[in-house]
Amino acid sequence: MNENQANVLVVTLVTIINLLLAFFISGIVIWSLGEDPWFALETMLYGAFGYDEGLGYTLYYTTNFIFTGLAFAVGFHCGLFNIGAEGQAYIGGLGVGLICLWLEDWSLWIVFPLAVLTSIVAGGIWGAIPGYFKAKRGSHEVVTTIMFNFIASVIMVNLLSHVLRPPKEMSPESREFAEGVWIPQMHEIFNWFGLEITQTPLNGTFIFSILCLFLVWRLIWFTSWGYEMRTVGINESAAVYAGISVSRNIIIAMAVCGGLAGFVGINEIMGSSHRIMLNFQAGIGFTGIAVSLIGRNHPFGIMLAALLFGILYQGGAELSFEVQAIDRHLVVLIQGLVILFAGALENLFRPQVEQYVKQIVRR
Amino acid sequence: MSTTAIELTDINKNFGSVCANKDVSLKVKSGTIHGIIGENGAGKSTLMSILYGFYQADSGEISVKENKTVIRSAHDAIAAGIGMVHQHFMLVDTFTVLENVVLGTETGFSLQESLQNSKLELQRLEQDYHLEVDINAVINTLPVGLQQRVEILKALYRGAEILILDEPTGVLTPQEADHLFRILGELREQGKTVILITHKLREIMAITDNVSVMRQGEMVAHRKTSETNREELAELMVGRKVLLQIEKAPAKPGKPMLTVEHLDFTDDSGVHRVKDVSFEVRSGEIVGIAGVSGNGQTELMEVITGIKSLQKGQLKLNDHTILPSVSADAAVMRKYGMVHVPEDRQRRGLVTSFSANENIILGYHKDPAYNQLIEMDKTAIMQYCKKQMEHFDVRPDNPQLRASLFSGGNQQKLIVARELQRDPKLLVIGQPTRGVDIGAIEFIHRQIIAMRDAGKAVLLVSVELDEILSLSDRILVMFDGQIMGEVLAKDANERALGLLMAGVRKEAA
Repeated sequence: MNENQANVLVVTLVTIINLLLAFFISGIVIWSLGEDPWFALETMLYGAFGYDEGLGYTLYYTTNFIFTGLAFAVGFHCGLFNIGAEGQAYIGGLGVGLICLWLEDWSLWIVFPLAVLTSIVAGGIWGAIPGYFKAKRGSHEVVTTIMFNFIASVIMVNLLSHVLRPPKEMSPESREFAEGVWIPQMHEIFNWFGLEITQTPLNGTFIFSILCLFLVWRLIWFTSWGYEMRTVGINESAAVYAGISVSRNIIIAMAVCGGLAGFVGINEIMGSSHRIMLNFQAGIGFTGIAVSLIGRNHPFGIMLAALLFGILYQGGAELSFEVQAIDRHLVVLIQGLVILFAGALENLFRPQVEQYVKQIVRR
Repeated sequence: MSTTAIELTDINKNFGSVCANKDVSLKVKSGTIHGIIGENGAGKSTLMSILYGFYQADSGEISVKENKTVIRSAHDAIAAGIGMVHQHFMLVDTFTVLENVVLGTETGFSLQESLQNSKLELQRLEQDYHLEVDINAVINTLPVGLQQRVEILKALYRGAEILILDEPTGVLTPQEADHLFRILGELREQGKTVILITHKLREIMAITDNVSVMRQGEMVAHRKTSETNREELAELMVGRKVLLQIEKAPAKPGKPMLTVEHLDFTDDSGVHRVKDVSFEVRSGEIVGIAGVSGNGQTELMEVITGIKSLQKGQLKLNDHTILPSVSADAAVMRKYGMVHVPEDRQRRGLVTSFSANENIILGYHKDPAYNQLIEMDKTAIMQYCKKQMEHFDVRPDNPQLRASLFSGGNQQKLIVARELQRDPKLLVIGQPTRGVDIGAIEFIHRQIIAMRDAGKAVLLVSVELDEILSLSDRILVMFDGQIMGEVLAKDANERALGLLMAGVRKEAA
């Protein structure tokens, strides 16, 4: 076993132990409420996987978390802590929605690439502005991106209640797009091949998100652009020494983050709700931070972590529905414990695990 | 017969799988100056940290003044009469000398009272050991030589009978170093014991009574200084014969490759670092810039290599003129034919968490040789890295290994391999052998001479005077951001350079 494999093993073991611990404590809480933890676990897993509708919802949530997880990871590799995926997704979704409203009579084959492009541009700009402030003025991205989340929120509330809301409608949302620009839902795609599955919001964007995972992986570790970004992220003075422009890389990385976050708009607006809605991105951006951290900022890890949070969301909803003593808040508690142990306390057992792996390696 | 001040018996210390000290035994006689010499990583600092209580030995015994002693912390060490002067001073910059000396030993509630009490004691110490320092001076107004004195006073004030000095001359001019040695001599007269850790042979020969040599964690020899010589010690340190003086043919300077005119630089905090510096470097010659570290050499190098932007003056590099109005970063400088081996290899020259093959292309990663249409050509990079590692004898020659896992010397060879293989017009190289073992020093020096003989211009910046003297053809001395003077290497000697380094102009000397 070489050093790299040993590292992968350590990371995997540490993550698994932390997750088990989070579930163990959740189990104690459920038990103390007088419910059977095993039954709760069973319900949750059944809710997430047990039947095709549940699975559809799980993967639908997973799609969102993949995008925002990647939006955090790309920044992280460039030394940035992008907590603005929330706002970037919001603005990216606005771009997607406007394109769909504007070109709703066109073919999906033209509108889809345009929508992808628009969400990249809209979300990208929303990411690049804080990036510019960071690169040229040294304003910390944690502060500016969170401010941009609020700005995005205010802009959207105004647009939706005054500009985009059709007359005589009460709720702050745009009108529905024509059906021609809807992204086919999974059950429709399966139908083309003669397969029957239940209708869920899961749509073609899921496939696009897997493509994004692959592309980000190649971008970061296989291109000279990713090389520059990682150099800036790890050692800024070495980057300057090598003639790599730190400010350009920061701005570009933030723009890429914003673009990736913007794809949430594709899944939510073009793929599911078919209209621009208030707070369609609620919480997805922030959960992306946890997804990326638990997935070690690596696309493969992000895929697994996004799936985990998909399960927690869908299975948790099912759980609060089925088991009386467990309500929505307890589900949030379980998610919180996962973030606490797998994200914040990730190194709790690391020394012991490292010791153990070292022993195996020596043998 | 004098008594034994310190005796270490069979000390072992492991860090994980790395063995830092292996069965080390050492006997230091009272009232002597005992040198411990060895390359970086030989285990000198670990041994002294065990003696001073920073680390616990895995096994072995420590006796102080012929009593078996257990030293668990620096506190225990001080109580046993051991004092340490660290390589990096442990002083509070904004406190006065008196406050620094008293720090940690205050008694009672009122600070003023303990300061008053300590004042007399401190003045007595200063007189007894000829360690004059103004006790009311604030530390950051004192030159490093005096700051070091404060460190020594601090140790003596705490009742140290045995004083450990860790690489004490790294930051001093030759004159200041001589002064320090006089002080150490004085301490010996007064019956104190001094342990001097260093990697400089000159210092061992100049001042010590006995010397112990360490290599790869083991104590390989003990000698009386009067019965040994530099060559023998060097051989003991490295484990084979080394050439101390480098052979080189006379330089054949060609046309100017780098011309620096009226270069001026002020840093972000407003300190005027480089003041109106002008010089030129011709192809086929090595120009050395000497000076105590922190006198503007770093900033001068950073401006020349495009790391910091040019503020005032102009640079001419290989017929390209660089003016303050035209921004030229490191990439542009490379394009004009400059390569740069930076003085801080860990922080600048390498990305230590990258593998060797990622580091071998740092700064050249856009080169078409390493890139396909979209992605980088990993196979080509791997092959190139493998080839360079063999050519420059980088060990282990594993391109996949993280840079941080190579020794200092091998890290430096990796950088030298990367930069020297670019067929440059001008090589700018800073502290080429800092923290590098003697074997690698020899190799790197030969590479630098080879560059010169191949008709390249070389600008060498180093705080090691020996290095400057043995490599350079012309020597410029920097002090306080200015060039104090230029000396031809064949006319140079340590004393004259030392005066220039201390800011004394030739006319005045």
